[in-house]
Amino acid sequence: MVGGTAKRPPRPTGEAVLEIDGLSVALPKGADREHAVDNISVSVAPKEIVCLVGESGSGKSVTAFSVMGLLPKGQLAPVAGRIMLQGEDLLQASEARLRDLRCTRMSMIFQEPMTALNPVMSCGNQIDEVLRTHTTMSQAERQTRILDILEQVHLPEPPRMAASYPHQLSGGQRQRIMIAMALVLDPVLLIADEPTTALDVTTQAQILRLIRELQERHDAGVLFITHDFGVVAEVADKVAVMQWGRIVEFGDVHQVLTDPREPYTRMLVSSVPSMKPKLRGAREPAAYILQTKALSKTYVDRGFLRKSTVVEAAKDVDLQVSRGETVGIVGESGSGKTTVARCIVRLIDPTSGDIMIDHYNIATAKRGELHDLRRRVQIVFQDPYRSLNPRRTVGASIIEGPMNYGQRRADAESRARELMDLVHLDPSSLDRYPHQFSGGQRQRICIARALAMGPDLLIADEAVSALDVSVQAQVLRLLDDIRNEFNLAVLFITHDLRVAAQICDRVLVMHKGEVVEQGTAHQVFSNPRHAYSRALLDAAPGKDWEFGELLNAER
Amino acid sequence: MFGFVIRRILSTIPVMGMVALLVFLMLRLTPGDPAAILAGDNGTPQQIEEIREALGLNEPIHKQFLIYIYDIVRGDLGESYFFKKQVTELIAQRVGATTSLAVITLIITIVVAIPLGVIAAYRRGSWVDQVVMGFSVLGFSVPVFVLGYLLIYIFSIELRWFPVQGYKPLSAGLWAHLHRLILPGITLSVIYIALIARMTRASVLDVLGEDYVRTAYAKGLKNSVVLMRHALRNAAVPIVTVIGIGIALLIGGVVVTETVFNIPGLGRLTVDAVLGRDYPTIQALILVFAFVYVLVNMLIDLTYTFLDPRIRY
Amino acid sequence: MSQADKTDAPLDVQIEADAASQAAASVRQLNLAQRLLRHRSVIFGGIIMIVMLLISMAAPYLGTIDPAYIDPTNRNKKPGYEAMVQDQYDKEIQRTYWMGTDALGRDIYSRVIYGTRISLVVGLAVAALSVAVGLAIGLLAGYVRWLDSVIMRVMDGLMAIPGILLAIGLVSLSGATITTVIVAIMVPEIPRVVRLVRSIVLSIREEPYVEAAVAIGTPLLKLLARHILPNTMAPLIVQGSYVCASAILVEAILSFLGAGISPETPTWGNIMAEGRVFFRILPHNIFFPGVFLAVTVLAVNVLGDGLRDTLDPRLAKRI
Repeated sequence: MVGGTAKRPPRPTGEAVLEIDGLSVALPKGADREHAVDNISVSVAPKEIVCLVGESGSGKSVTAFSVMGLLPKGQLAPVAGRIMLQGEDLLQASEARLRDLRCTRMSMIFQEPMTALNPVMSCGNQIDEVLRTHTTMSQAERQTRILDILEQVHLPEPPRMAASYPHQLSGGQRQRIMIAMALVLDPVLLIADEPTTALDVTTQAQILRLIRELQERHDAGVLFITHDFGVVAEVADKVAVMQWGRIVEFGDVHQVLTDPREPYTRMLVSSVPSMKPKLRGAREPAAYILQTKALSKTYVDRGFLRKSTVVEAAKDVDLQVSRGETVGIVGESGSGKTTVARCIVRLIDPTSGDIMIDHYNIATAKRGELHDLRRRVQIVFQDPYRSLNPRRTVGASIIEGPMNYGQRRADAESRARELMDLVHLDPSSLDRYPHQFSGGQRQRICIARALAMGPDLLIADEAVSALDVSVQAQVLRLLDDIRNEFNLAVLFITHDLRVAAQICDRVLVMHKGEVVEQGTAHQVFSNPRHAYSRALLDAAPGKDWEFGELLNAER
Repeated sequence: MFGFVIRRILSTIPVMGMVALLVFLMLRLTPGDPAAILAGDNGTPQQIEEIREALGLNEPIHKQFLIYIYDIVRGDLGESYFFKKQVTELIAQRVGATTSLAVITLIITIVVAIPLGVIAAYRRGSWVDQVVMGFSVLGFSVPVFVLGYLLIYIFSIELRWFPVQGYKPLSAGLWAHLHRLILPGITLSVIYIALIARMTRASVLDVLGEDYVRTAYAKGLKNSVVLMRHALRNAAVPIVTVIGIGIALLIGGVVVTETVFNIPGLGRLTVDAVLGRDYPTIQALILVFAFVYVLVNMLIDLTYTFLDPRIRY
Repeated sequence: MSQADKTDAPLDVQIEADAASQAAASVRQLNLAQRLLRHRSVIFGGIIMIVMLLISMAAPYLGTIDPAYIDPTNRNKKPGYEAMVQDQYDKEIQRTYWMGTDALGRDIYSRVIYGTRISLVVGLAVAALSVAVGLAIGLLAGYVRWLDSVIMRVMDGLMAIPGILLAIGLVSLSGATITTVIVAIMVPEIPRVVRLVRSIVLSIREEPYVEAAVAIGTPLLKLLARHILPNTMAPLIVQGSYVCASAILVEAILSFLGAGISPETPTWGNIMAEGRVFFRILPHNIFFPGVFLAVTVLAVNVLGDGLRDTLDPRLAKRI
């Protein structure tokens, strides 16, 4: 169990640049708890990356915003403790002093590079604004400085980049601009709030590498906020694990990831799916439930007095899924994996190709035939908060499908109770509304709604991507169980290689609308043949760590 | 960008065509004889027959429409049976007063509404905000003519600051011209200010919640800089859009205001035509006002290219 | 919520706490009726509207006389003027003309009170009709693709004609009765409702729960009724209240310009139109109905704002 960080020499422990000491941040009255952040202490030394890791709502972002003095006014306020930046207490500093410190001594980069830059200002101007605000440099000096920092973040053609507007750049490029803006004045502290979460895995790897490189060059301490243990393993020197506003465990990355002291940390770390595919028993070849042949979806945007744009969202996709088998489609955003799923459910009409369910062709089915086929293919979506009609009880949502096919209400309801039991939810909560359930519970309800139709094929379209890692593990286990119990064919669409490794028997890798590789999970993960698959696997953060084994070893 | 401009200009053609079709159908779909309606109450059978002939009302309907469109394109909007003149001639006489009034109203509106909206957004929830929002609801609710008479009563009759009613063209001197347009301009701008201030507030508030505003604060910029350079600039497109949509309100208001202040403009002409049951003139004015509305909104859309780099495709 | 999740050990703590907090949050969200009744604007606007409704219904019992009764002996009298008149039993009684009389000697007070009826009927009818028609057209546009572009082109054309002008045109063509006035005011309002409904339909049909409903074989009509229509209700109620306010205003403007319901009918606009001539000496002939008009429209607008805040906060950003 050799960690990626072991290759790095230990950091010199100098005077801390940031020292958070006993910080508490109050939530408004009537919230679910009193403090968003409760008596936490963390310190960041120069040249050190400290990761704050935790699930959603653990208070990690609140901590970051407290340091910058950017907490939303009137809603969150620090009530106790100190935040010392190089010995100066930020909680005592005036608004004007805080403004002076921002970008000069402490900088922050954010999660969403797509929205964090002002769309109507050129990128160069946005960096220039920092220099004009905080320095007395001449126009020429500033220009040199801007081009220099753009060079440092490895953007091609710095002058062109400086002149372009954010919408002309990709997500990764925008995040580089953000980093350039944050580091242009050599701050001693960089706060990174989930800076790679919105990016594709290959871009993520580049940005993580860049942050490491620049942090070393600028001698900055980094407070890095993330929910992803893979990223932690990739960048952290030290880790602080947060839960419910408290720091549960704080220590050296190697210790926390390999030998967590606290049960909560242990649970979190062991919930991270391993990159090593589970060895599943060799399967008897069975007849295919689903078979697509040359499935294509093309979007044409005919322009008047401008170029027509043609997007081949999916091109000649051939895939097969048989009973009792989970087939994964992995790929980055825009790879066409979701397009394929939506075609199979006929939420959109494919442009060409066949989608065979047994010997029926869904791709060309007309209304009546399509109605019959719909029962056999069901889908679970990504966003648990939008997948259930907020105005209807979960019971009504579950029995709606069977009743559409003529089942009597009483039968449908008793089946719904069985299904609730099956997905580990209390059958008596059928008359509740979706907002009374957590994200993980809602996803279970969606699975129950799909199962109520008695499908042959279940499509999970990023079905666990929006869930926290511990909940994710449960839902994955549930999907595996029902597949076995009902002998279902499962088509599992995900961008997360770890998840795919854990649940899939076979894997297809999609890139720009095409399937570039397919094979058994074991084969694709251990011996990828296509260059893109290799790049994808290589980019997976923390790929050298075996998180899941911790748990397995203990059982 | 050039493509965008051309496309935007060409895109007004179908809208204007649709407007022409609707106005055309309005007359034809109304129960009764269109020629009799056009001739008005005092039309003689001979006049009615002439109209029928001139508009080709005995022709099939699609041919009538082609004749109608052909006349519009030629600049022939028909003849007023009340004023006994070409409608285009009437419009040419009256367009100056209305244009002056509209320009003054627009200036008052923009100068007052945008700062009010920005301040209200920035001080959201404070008394300033509540006053501005209160004023805005009130502005929507007070009828233009009641407001007009109220202002005349206070400023012209009681305080004698302004002439009671009437109009002097620009040729009579700039001050004489403006002096008689200030009260009508204020009257007309109130509802418009209410609309724009509200929209400015809403879109600035929207932008203040954006991630890049947070970024701007994280850069150490002052509140005022963030507000003006980052927030207002990004809020500009929806604000300008509503200024354009508000032109419809302005046109409706012009009709009333010109009546109250006795200004011989297109609005007053509309009312005179209604009272004289002069349908050809009404029809032509509807068409002209709608075309103006479409064209102004086209010009406003073109300013987007300066306000937002994303629109230069 | 405590027993809702039955999976193992320490995770439960978190999930439970999570769910419990969400349940608590929903309890704090008072039910809709309570929230509405606590909103200042709703109370203010609602009370005034109820008062106006009562006035319109009780008009004959509020010390009014026949609003069309012409009394040549008492013309152009100032507010507070007192005169002996005959009551319904032909008995001579002393009567105070609280709001004076007009050029024909009609009692302004009675005309203003009776005018409430026309304004409310027009306002409510236009609101209800334009919302109903707009909803139907909007659903068609949002769900039937080939109709969409046709409908929206027509709506663009309608939107381009300033509402008051369109109404003036329609009324002057077909003659002014209360029905034609209602239709004429309604037509320009429809495109706005259509656009609103269409945009809601287009965004809601992309929601995963609607797609899930498609996937479980829900037929189109059920899909519309169960999953899409409920989302249009709150915005439509809000929009309807704004339409009502604007319709009351436009009716008054039409009457004022002489393009509305016939002058004998007591409407606020008509009273003001007649008051124009003697405005310098008798400004109250305009101000009394003007105040009633402004207060009514204000009440409906404020009520609309209150409904928007409680029912559909996102609508604040739309226009």
